Amino acid sequence: MTRVLAITAGFSVPSSTRLLTDRIADAVRRSAGPGVEVEVEVVELRPFAHALADHLLTGFATGELADLIERVRHADGLVMVTPVFAASYSGLFKTFLDVLEPGLLEGKPVLVAATAGTSRHSLVLDHALRPLFSYLRAVVVPTGVFAATDDFGHEGLEQRIERAAGELVALVGGRRALHVVRDEFADPTPFEERLRPVR
Amino acid sequence: MQFGIFTVGDVTTDPTTGRTPSEHERIKAQVEIAKKAEDVGLDVVAVGQHHNPPFVASSPTTTMAYIAAQTERIVLSTSTTLITTTDPVRIAEDYGTLQHLTDGRMDLMLGRGNTGPVYPWFGKDIREGINLAIENYALLHRLWREDVVDWSGKFRTPLQGFTATPRPLDGVPPFVWHGSIRSPEIAEQAAYYGDGFFHNHIFWPASHTKQMVELYRRRFEHYGHGTADQAIVGLGGQFFMRRNSQEAVNEFRPYFDNAPVYGHGPSLEDFTAQTPLTVGSPQQVIERTLGFREYAGDYQRQLFLLDHAGLPLKTVLEQLDLLGEILPDLRAGFAEGRPAHVPDAPLHSALVAA
Repeated sequence: MTRVLAITAGFSVPSSTRLLTDRIADAVRRSAGPGVEVEVEVVELRPFAHALADHLLTGFATGELADLIERVRHADGLVMVTPVFAASYSGLFKTFLDVLEPGLLEGKPVLVAATAGTSRHSLVLDHALRPLFSYLRAVVVPTGVFAATDDFGHEGLEQRIERAAGELVALVGGRRALHVVRDEFADPTPFEERLRPVR
Repeated sequence: MQFGIFTVGDVTTDPTTGRTPSEHERIKAQVEIAKKAEDVGLDVVAVGQHHNPPFVASSPTTTMAYIAAQTERIVLSTSTTLITTTDPVRIAEDYGTLQHLTDGRMDLMLGRGNTGPVYPWFGKDIREGINLAIENYALLHRLWREDVVDWSGKFRTPLQGFTATPRPLDGVPPFVWHGSIRSPEIAEQAAYYGDGFFHNHIFWPASHTKQMVELYRRRFEHYGHGTADQAIVGLGGQFFMRRNSQEAVNEFRPYFDNAPVYGHGPSLEDFTAQTPLTVGSPQQVIERTLGFREYAGDYQRQLFLLDHAGLPLKTVLEQLDLLGEILPDLRAGFAEGRPAHVPDAPLHSALVAA
C-alpha cells in the first residue's frame, strides 16, 4: 500500500483550497496503475493552528500534531496545498513546515498546489513553493497546480491536476517510502564511529 | 537517590511587580538559595553556565567554590558546564581545583548550549556542536586519567607532554553527567564512557525523556558497564507548591503566562498535563514526582528548577521549605520497591572505595 498525505492550509468553510486538494486527491487515487493501491488522506491544517503556535513557543509537538508529523515521516508522498496570502504561501502552511525536524522531507515526492483570488499570483508555485521544497530537499513533481478563482470554471485546471497526479504516482508508485530519516534512537551510530576523527 | 535543585542563573523581571533584580542580587541569591537547600536537607545544588544576557552565570566554578565554602554537606554540580565553547583544559583545571577545595563534594554535568551567537565569541561554530562535545570530552577524559597527555584534534591547539594540574583528588576524576534533551549522540556518549546521563525533563513531554533514557540505559549495558537498570540517570523537574492547590495555581499563573521559556503559549493546564511541571499541593508534587519512575526506571538524581520566571527570592525560599517538608515522603517513596542492585549516584567517597 502506497500512502499519500494531502495537506491543505485553507481556512474558510467551504474552502477553495480544500476543494482543490480534494480534486487532486481523487486524481492521485485514479492515477494508480493496475495492482497498485494508493491511499490518499486529506488533512486540514486549520485545527492544528493552536498546536502549531504552541510548538513555536515550546519547541515540542503535542497530541494530534505529533501524530500528524509522524504520518508525514512515513508518507510515501505529499500533496501540499496553500492559499496565497500576501503574494506567498500562508503563515499556517509555512509554520507547519517550520516545525518539521530537519531532513524529514528529504527525498520525499511532493506535489505543490495553490489557490488565489487572481491569476496574477500564478507564479507563486515557482517563486515561493518550489524554492521552499528545494531547500527541504523534497522532490517536487514537474507540474504544479495553481487555481485562481476563475480557473474552477476552466477545463485546463483538470488537465493540470491529472498530469501532476500522474507524475506524483509515478514517483511514489507502489514503492515504500523512498527515504525515512534514520532513527538514532532505534539504531544508534556506535560511539567508536563518532570518535574515529578524534583518534 | 539524591534530591536537589538546579538553576540556569537568569535575570528575569517579576511579571507581577515589574521589578527586575540586579545582577548582584541574582548572584547573591544563588548563594542564599544553595545554603537554604542544604538547610532543608537537599543533596545537590547545580548552577548554570551562560555567556549572554539575561544570564549572570558565566563563571560556575567561582560560584560553586563560594557556596562550598559556606556549606558542609551538599554536593555542588552544574546545569550545565559548556563542553563546546569551554576549553577542556580549562575545565580540567577549574573543576580539578574545585574538587580539591571541596574534598570531592562536587561533580559536573556537561551540556552543549543552544545559543548560536555564543559559539563564535569563543571561536567555535554551533553547527559543530555535537563534534565539539565528542572531541572536547575525549580530551577532558584523558586529562583527568593520564598524567602526561599528547593530543591533537580539530578544535584546539595541540598538546605535547601536557599535564593538567592539579591531578584529581585521590586519583579519582570528578564524576561526569552528560545532559541532553533530544540528541541521541549524547545519550550514546554517556553510555560509551559509563558516565551519568541527565535529562532536563522540564519543558518537554515525558515521551522525550523516556526515549532518551531508554537509549542511554540500553547502550550503557551494550558497552559493558552493567545492566540497563544500573545506568546512572538524573532528571530535572519543576513545581510550584502551596498548601492547597488552588492557591498554588493562582499565585503561579502570572509567572507561568509570562515565563521566558513557555510564556504566551499553551495554558498552565495544558502545559502541566504535557510536561512534568506540577503546580499544586505538596501531595500532588509527591505523587507526580514518584511517577517519573514509571518511564525513567529507578534513577539516581532528581533536580528541581525553582528560581526562574522572575519568582522573587522570598518565594523561592518558601518553595525550598515546602520541598524540605515533603523530602522524607519522596525518599521513602523512591526507596519502595527499589532493587538492591540499582546503585546510588556516585559520590567521591564511593568512587575512591571502588
